[in-house]
Amino acid sequence: MTDTATDPALEVAPGEPILEIRNLSISFFTRTREIPAVMDFSATVRAGEALGLVGESGCGKSTVALGVMQDLGVNGRITGGSIKFRGEELTTMSPARLREIRGRDIAMIYQEPMASLNPALKIDRQLMEVPMIHEGISAEEARARALEVVRDVRLPDPERILDAYPHQLSGGQQQRIVIAMALMSKPALLILDEPTTALDVTVEAAVIDLVRELGVKYGTSMLFISHNLGLVLETCDRICVMYSGEAVERGRIGEVFDEMRHPYTQALFRAIPLPGADKATRPLIAIPGNFPLPDERPPGCNFGPRCDYFQQGRCDAQPIPMIEVPGDGHEARCIRTNEIDWDAPPEVSDHRESTEIGEVVLKVDGLQKYYQVSRPGLLGGGEAQVVKANETLSFEAHESETLAIVGESGCGKSTLAKVLMGLETATAGGVELDGRAVGDVPIEKRDTRTVADVQMVFQNPFDTLNPSMTVGRQIIRALEIFGVGDSPRDRKRRMLELLDLVKLPREFATRMPRQLSGGQKQRVGIARAFAGGARIVVADEPVSALDVSVQAAVTDLLMEIQREQKTTLLFISHDLSIVRYLADRVMVMYLGHVVEIGTAREVFAPPYHPYTEALLSAVPIADTHIEKKHIVLEGDVPSAMNPPSGCPFQTRCRWKSRVPDDLCEREVPPMVEFAPGHKVKCHLSQEEFASMEPVITLAEN
Amino acid sequence: MIRFLLSRLLTLLVTTFALTFIVFFLTNLEPSLEKIAKSEIGTRVSDAEVESWLDRNGYGEPMLVRYGEWLGVVPGWTHTVDGEVVAGRCEAPAGAVEAGAFCGIMQGDWGWSTVFRRDVAEIIGRSLALTGKLMFWVMMVMVPGALILGVLAGMREGSKLDRSLSTVSILTTATPEYVSGVVFIAVFASTAVGLRWFNGSATSAMEDATFENFTLPVLTIALYGMGYIARMTRASMTEVMTAQYIRTARLKGVSFPMIVLRHALRNALIAPFTVIMLQFPWLLNGVVIVETLFNYKGFGWTLVQAAGNNDIELLLGVSVVSVVVVLLTQLISDIGYVYLNPRIRVS
Repeated sequence: MTDTATDPALEVAPGEPILEIRNLSISFFTRTREIPAVMDFSATVRAGEALGLVGESGCGKSTVALGVMQDLGVNGRITGGSIKFRGEELTTMSPARLREIRGRDIAMIYQEPMASLNPALKIDRQLMEVPMIHEGISAEEARARALEVVRDVRLPDPERILDAYPHQLSGGQQQRIVIAMALMSKPALLILDEPTTALDVTVEAAVIDLVRELGVKYGTSMLFISHNLGLVLETCDRICVMYSGEAVERGRIGEVFDEMRHPYTQALFRAIPLPGADKATRPLIAIPGNFPLPDERPPGCNFGPRCDYFQQGRCDAQPIPMIEVPGDGHEARCIRTNEIDWDAPPEVSDHRESTEIGEVVLKVDGLQKYYQVSRPGLLGGGEAQVVKANETLSFEAHESETLAIVGESGCGKSTLAKVLMGLETATAGGVELDGRAVGDVPIEKRDTRTVADVQMVFQNPFDTLNPSMTVGRQIIRALEIFGVGDSPRDRKRRMLELLDLVKLPREFATRMPRQLSGGQKQRVGIARAFAGGARIVVADEPVSALDVSVQAAVTDLLMEIQREQKTTLLFISHDLSIVRYLADRVMVMYLGHVVEIGTAREVFAPPYHPYTEALLSAVPIADTHIEKKHIVLEGDVPSAMNPPSGCPFQTRCRWKSRVPDDLCEREVPPMVEFAPGHKVKCHLSQEEFASMEPVITLAEN
Repeated sequence: MIRFLLSRLLTLLVTTFALTFIVFFLTNLEPSLEKIAKSEIGTRVSDAEVESWLDRNGYGEPMLVRYGEWLGVVPGWTHTVDGEVVAGRCEAPAGAVEAGAFCGIMQGDWGWSTVFRRDVAEIIGRSLALTGKLMFWVMMVMVPGALILGVLAGMREGSKLDRSLSTVSILTTATPEYVSGVVFIAVFASTAVGLRWFNGSATSAMEDATFENFTLPVLTIALYGMGYIARMTRASMTEVMTAQYIRTARLKGVSFPMIVLRHALRNALIAPFTVIMLQFPWLLNGVVIVETLFNYKGFGWTLVQAAGNNDIELLLGVSVVSVVVVLLTQLISDIGYVYLNPRIRVS
């Protein structure tokens, strides 16, 4: 066995390339044909540097990572190009040499931590394995190393964690273990494939913070794969934007963000809600059309059919090469890159009127929802426990208003949605819809009007449509249930109108859900929700499962229908950027409590509730002009089964020490009203609130 | 844990109760009883003679009462001649009959076999021991064989090894014991092929099992179950091999044999474990055919004899034992499953 790790000749000096990918092409082979997944891809990661790989799902970014790891499965094959790691060619390497490199020199961190850990092995064995294979050290030594690394990833009580099985840890803890596992042999290159997608924002912020810090401590180079531009800005030095199997733009992160030179990059930035975007004055601009399937790519430029600057005969005439543009290694795959006026402001088609907020539609007063759960393990009866999912929620929602409900998983926002829908009944307190009490009426006892009035748009459009029923039939079914229309013909007409409303072609009525893309499915979901002229639509993370380029379109659609129909939209989300963009009022929830409620402007500016402050700081923003205050919350959201005494947030609050007499631990704080309608649930004094600084500021330049 | 065991025990009692009642009902239908009487006193007897024999031997009472007698909640029947008890259910070995005594299953009295003219408990005990011996060797061959077959086939899905091993397992499962048993005897034990490696009868194996006289019956049962378990193991293994944590292990630099042994095996065995435990009660079926075929006087053979001769109390005894065996293996299966799968273990 050659020992390259300690061979000084192979150590790479900072700034030298550690990973060089040249003109890489990867295809997947099915029985009948070849599907190219990555084409002509080049990238370089230098020692001590982090390269971000950005793109929408299906663009080939994960395939690049697996290509580097030489783990493409049975069907995948590298059809051209080279991957050099420290000067050694990976594509032709022997399996034995590859095994030496994997885990020791190149390590990978994956998207789903739970699935990446072996459920039947304890954490310590999974961690110890890495150095024991690669360095041949003894079990005691390996365990000592594991303990040290687990401490490094800042997990509490490392001894206990090492002795646990993966399922006994929370998602955030599992991801830290996956990171620890990758760091066990101090690799030179770390590949992170969407490492935080499955995590809550505050946990995500802490994990990203950790990755950055450990990268510096261990001198690791990183290949960071993400669809989130904000995250890449926070972690990477260089960026490579991918579209449909090709790199379309690469360069230093600041240059690409501020002086993008490819139409796709530009369109991407215009489609995401950045501070300053506003639904009335500066709406998001969706990218028209759909992402091309790998076997339906257009000739010439892949982005051509969706591009504003497309010129027939030039853009679709020949394959487009990477063209250098001014800057430090800044390149773009666009032959018109030097002709386009990149500083021209986007065309805004129509200025929309912001709508009048109307009467109170929904009034929730002291709503409480407790669940009785007994956790009888397989072998014996557990005690009955109470999950306090919602604690005394009070708020009102008006006609034509968008009320955003913000919070991390476990904060009770989904329970609230269920109670409104009638899928659960309230334990105490009242819910009034247009003056009718509906809080304790389960959905099967609600009259048709009420059911049609409160509808929902679900998070995952892939699971919510019946796979064996045509789109039209599903909408007609909803119309039948809501009692809309007198005859089948009438309902069919109404169904076609609904398809028009959600901007789907009428032919879609006869299509099956599997023939639709994610964005189109979500439009069907929206059509179904609005079928009975709903008064309230609860949208539970309606766009978080969709790609960035269609998110804007679906969001805009929701807003437009809402404006026309004067619907009250309850927009549940953890994405504060989108909330800031579209919400009139915002309600922040934590562990079943409303901790802050007010207009969007009030909530996003000081004085904050300490949790709102942390949440704002945690959201990555893809704008180089933004300066954020850095607040990292320690630990996880406590269990609703065993909530902390006093203030629910006291276990993670950084302001707690400013409140005298341990008041936070003893008493649930009262709602303090700052302005009419702006309330914060906190013990802090007025002076402390006044001393708060804004989390997000526009840097001056 | 205690509650879980108690609920299982209750299931066991209820099932036994229900099953024995059904067996009792069917064996005590009029024609069945007549058959017993005729086999005891000869076939050329009049209906009146049959009637009086049945009365004298306690078959005359209502069915529910007699079921109660068997259970031990109703005192055993007695037949009195001139005020003196001459015969009864609760007959002591010495011949003395006590009136009003209880002697049912609850008192530990399993009854009397009319075919073998012995205590049911004794017959069942002996035949169970013999079948236990057979089953033990079947398991020793079947379980490791099936698991190795399944794991080898499943670790590289679609490979030549996978396809050939899968064909073998499908073939063995598709061949029922009465076919494979006959084929084995013809090929390995008769003059037809002339191999004569093994004995075609396992009667001598009851006393002294050797490689020669025990291989064929063991193999006949084992092969049939082996294919089934191997298929289950293969399915579960292929699924595990595509799991993300296997990729994690691969990208940690773990070698392929270590991936299979350390990371895949335990996860892959969770599903087949239940199947293996389900095989125990199912083996009782196979045992019936194979023991009859090879003339091995175990539990299955006893069952056939009892059923063929309408031996009421022996059949009831066999039923009780079967229910206990089935539910006991289920219990072991559940507990073993918890042990294999740490996610179910309550923390």
